[in-house]
Amino acid sequence: MNKSSPTFTHLRTQAEAQAARLPTLLAQAEQLAGTILLGEHGRRRAGMGDDFWQYRPVQPGDSARMVDWRRSAKSDAQFVREREWQVAQSVMLWIDSAASMRFSSANDLPHKAERAKVLGLAIGILLLRSGERVGLTGTTLPPRRGTEQIERLTMALLQDNDTDYGVPEARAMLPHARAVFLSDFLGDIEGVRVALEKAADRGVRGVLMQVLDPAEETFPFQGRTVFQSIAGSLNHETRKASELKDRYLARLADRKDELTKLCKAAGWQYHCHVTDRSAQQAMLWLYRALDGGR
Amino acid sequence: MAGLTLAFANPLLLAALVGLPLLWLLLRAIPPAPLKRRFPGVILLLGLQDEDAVSDRTPLWLLVLRMLALAALIVGCAGPLLKPKGADQASDAPVLIVLDGGWASGDSWAAHQQMLTGMLEEFTLAARPVAMIQLTTPEVPLFQPAGAWQSKIVGFAPQPWQPSPETFAPVIGALKGRGFDTYWLSDGLRWEGREDLLAALEREGTVQVFETGRGVVGVHAPNLKDGTIVVSATRSRATATQQETLEAHGRDLAGQDQVLAAVPLTFQAGDLTAEVGLNLPAELRARLTRFELAGHRSAATTVLSGDSLRRREVALIAGRADREGLELLSPLHYLRQALAPNADVIEGALIDMLPANPDVIVLADVATIAVAEEAALLDWLEGGGTLLRFAGPRLAASEVSRRTEHPLMPVRLRTGGRSVGGAMSWGEPKTLAPFPETSPFFGLPIPADIQVRSQVVAQPDPTLADRVIAELSDGTPLVSRKTVGQGQVVLFHVTANAEWSSLPLSGLFVQMLERLAVLRSVDEFTPEQLDDTIWQPLRVMDGQGRLQDGQALSGIAGEILTNRQFGQDLLPGLYQSMDRVVALNVMTSDQALPEMFWPSRITVRGVDVSVTRDLSGVFLSLALVLVIVDIVASLAVSGRLHRMGATAVMVIAAFMTPQDGRAQQDPSGSGEVSLAYVVTGDRNLDTLSNDGLRGLSETLFFRTSVEPESPVAVDLEMDELAFYPFIYWPISSTQPIPSKEAYARLNTYLRSGGMILFDTRDADVARFGSTSPNGRKLQRLAAPLDIPPLEVLPDDHVLTRTFYLLRDFPGRYNSHDVWVEAAPPDAEKIEGIPFRNLNDGVTPVVIGGNDWAAAWATDGRGNPLYPVGRGYAGEHQRELANRFGVNLVMHVLTGNYKSDQVHVPALLDRLGQ
Repeated sequence: MNKSSPTFTHLRTQAEAQAARLPTLLAQAEQLAGTILLGEHGRRRAGMGDDFWQYRPVQPGDSARMVDWRRSAKSDAQFVREREWQVAQSVMLWIDSAASMRFSSANDLPHKAERAKVLGLAIGILLLRSGERVGLTGTTLPPRRGTEQIERLTMALLQDNDTDYGVPEARAMLPHARAVFLSDFLGDIEGVRVALEKAADRGVRGVLMQVLDPAEETFPFQGRTVFQSIAGSLNHETRKASELKDRYLARLADRKDELTKLCKAAGWQYHCHVTDRSAQQAMLWLYRALDGGR
Repeated sequence: MAGLTLAFANPLLLAALVGLPLLWLLLRAIPPAPLKRRFPGVILLLGLQDEDAVSDRTPLWLLVLRMLALAALIVGCAGPLLKPKGADQASDAPVLIVLDGGWASGDSWAAHQQMLTGMLEEFTLAARPVAMIQLTTPEVPLFQPAGAWQSKIVGFAPQPWQPSPETFAPVIGALKGRGFDTYWLSDGLRWEGREDLLAALEREGTVQVFETGRGVVGVHAPNLKDGTIVVSATRSRATATQQETLEAHGRDLAGQDQVLAAVPLTFQAGDLTAEVGLNLPAELRARLTRFELAGHRSAATTVLSGDSLRRREVALIAGRADREGLELLSPLHYLRQALAPNADVIEGALIDMLPANPDVIVLADVATIAVAEEAALLDWLEGGGTLLRFAGPRLAASEVSRRTEHPLMPVRLRTGGRSVGGAMSWGEPKTLAPFPETSPFFGLPIPADIQVRSQVVAQPDPTLADRVIAELSDGTPLVSRKTVGQGQVVLFHVTANAEWSSLPLSGLFVQMLERLAVLRSVDEFTPEQLDDTIWQPLRVMDGQGRLQDGQALSGIAGEILTNRQFGQDLLPGLYQSMDRVVALNVMTSDQALPEMFWPSRITVRGVDVSVTRDLSGVFLSLALVLVIVDIVASLAVSGRLHRMGATAVMVIAAFMTPQDGRAQQDPSGSGEVSLAYVVTGDRNLDTLSNDGLRGLSETLFFRTSVEPESPVAVDLEMDELAFYPFIYWPISSTQPIPSKEAYARLNTYLRSGGMILFDTRDADVARFGSTSPNGRKLQRLAAPLDIPPLEVLPDDHVLTRTFYLLRDFPGRYNSHDVWVEAAPPDAEKIEGIPFRNLNDGVTPVVIGGNDWAAAWATDGRGNPLYPVGRGYAGEHQRELANRFGVNLVMHVLTGNYKSDQVHVPALLDRLGQ
């Protein structure tokens, strides 16, 4: 895919715009009081890192190189300058590219896929900027650092899939990494269960965000209708669509419950985002979720 | 006529209504078509069953709506007719429908025809054979089914004459003994043979008579009384007061038929006649062609005026100048007195008056006539003029017509003349002998006190006896006459004043002039005058007073004309023979309109025009409305209305938008000056004109105190030109030639101080007047315009200095061929003044080919649109073009003000400065 193709730039600019609205993670980490914390997380203990943590008196075993002579000169004792221990996380994204995501019920609403990609890429950009390693689940794009990865991510997200419903990709997850799953999760729940189990096995924790269209949330249909899945593999005809509403909503609620349960079991977090709400809201939640799951 | 009945044109179609219940079941069974939706949540729906096992049906109200629509459609197609209940159809005998069909039916003809239609429909239903007969054009009718007559109704038309027993009696006779009922559509007048006809018809069966009950009105031929046109009218029923409007029709200046005057004509209650006087200026009276009663359509209410109202034009020429102070001795005094009330008298030099083509030329004691004048006079005589000569001392003393007969004299004259009964002569003054039968004066009473003291005497000639039309008591000629071509020369052997005789003092003199058709043309002709004449119909009238061209009809002998027995052979109308035009009207001057009083045994009914109304349109539009409602309702039921709502609103709005959106242009919007251009129909050219005038307007705005509004497009056919001082007329070879009316307005515009700039836009390739296509077009366009002689714009024309001092007048091209109104020949260059005092007005046209508009044209921001020349020289040329435009508009707006400025030094000088 050409780097300058309209879809590419479109997606990139949108993601950049989303990312630009929030302060970078680093700035927030410095304040510590910020709501969103990402990137080179201070471990609140002395260790390897660039940021100052504390001065401590020299203990036996410390080499002379470790003494901070400037501080020591102010007093009689000798001090060692300790830095905060900083590590970089690997974050892996899975963004559903199946046909069911390419749906919007109104002209002024974005496709679910579009919203999911924007959110995923925005979070990816923020993570990359704050020094994390970001990649996709599976083997297509392993986590890497650097701004170059933003472009690779964007390219990878533009690939679409023609199956009706997507199944989460849980292969080749790095142990103790973080994961973000973005999908409508309308497909077979068994795939989600398997993926989460695998993740839990490897100590991967993460976020599961369900992206739904308002029509899927409210089921505003009436009259005799033939419902078709986007790729056309599934059909359902009804004579009175309005009568199905309650039962449909009940099933949807069941699905949400199940997802919540699965998440709890695996130590993940679940959130449902509807495309008629602002993307920033979802973004904020994603940050918090990733921060809280540290 | 009680109530209305509903009938159907195609009742069989109504059988389709049986199918409606079937359709009901069908519609009820079929649910609305399913809607296909893409929906990712379908996976959650899988396996869900509809609770209601019964399918979603078409709602009942929608079903009823559709049934109604269909029913309305079927009924509409079946052709429902709402018609009045017919007359009693007790009998089934054949029916004879009798139409009077004369001019008296003209007014009620439309009602008659509608009634006939209704009648025939009834007879069709009653299956009664019908025959129809129009008494003015009777033919032995066939009894046919009434339907066969339906299509022939329009073929009957009222004739401009009334039924006469000679024509219809044989036809009625042929029907004798057939046995039929009669329906008689009568005009309500009594005429000869009506009673007999009634009796004949009553022998065959019952007779019902239908009359409109409005009576018949007729207008008599107009008379001239003391300069007032008196028109009288009569009516058949002296009932209530009746208000009519008499319209005098004539030709307007453009030759179109128009109502020149309208006066109310009131029949007082109980009066059968009414009279109204019209006082029209001679100018209007000369153009009158006919009178009509407004709102009537009958040959009797249309009166053609012919020649009778036209005033004769008489040219008076005296042989010697009037002696100042001796009016009564003037040779023309008595003629003027006699002619002035009834004729238009013109006086002047003979050669000046001949082009006016007067009807009569009077030469009072004129002896010699110049050769050129004589030839012109002879031409005029050949064309039908009347030359009236009077003797006098000069004629008596001259050598005219002594040895040979002069062409402009009816007889040869003896030398000197004679005088009788004077102090130095023998005998008594002579009196007049009675007029011979062949004389036009025959029958005029001769007053005993007329004395003739002197006369010129005719030489005895073989033709003399034929030419003398009045004699003295001793047998010497007093008046002689000969014909020349279509005209005549009449010689009074006495003077036109009272010097030689007392004839000019008497009433007989006026009567004689009248008989000679000097005073006015005579409408009534004596039979012998009509002998051997053939009259060509000019315009003929039909029964409803409509005029048609009669040139294609054959000529009519004079005798037939006098009988006034109108019929197929003689239609009322205008007839011409030589120079005389006579009007034959339906009504004679005192004809009354007697009303027919039917015997009491006859039922007389009104003509009841209750029309059958076709209701299919109502039903079909009802069906259409219902179908539209159904479409909306179906959409609503299937949930699609919301999505299509916006589209539907737009479509409906589009239908409801008035189609004729032409904005009213306020012609008086030009409170400010605005320049105008002629719309040529070529869009590019019109845009160019608009841009050019806009550029010029801006130039004017910035440089002068003239602040024009935006330019106006002028459609010559429709727009009033008076608001625009300056019109730019670009010539393209394809533009249409304006109509006559447009030219009339253009000429008015030019005369009232407007200016047109003609631009052939081809000065780069053609010289003015040469054969470029645009030049030829300009010649054709400008030919009907009232354009004065032109000359190439001279160096000292005021146009060269109305604002800027200019020598050239370039546009996009720089040709010196710019033409303006030529200077008067007497314009002279005055020493010390820069230009001659040329015209006292604005030149009405400026003609050139420099494509000025292209040089002036700017876009909205003032940038020139078209290139002019090259580089700096081109820009200079554009500047000069703008200056020319400024000068032109200044010239239009200030007129001769600038050229008057040259007089300022002289005026100041005179004021003593």
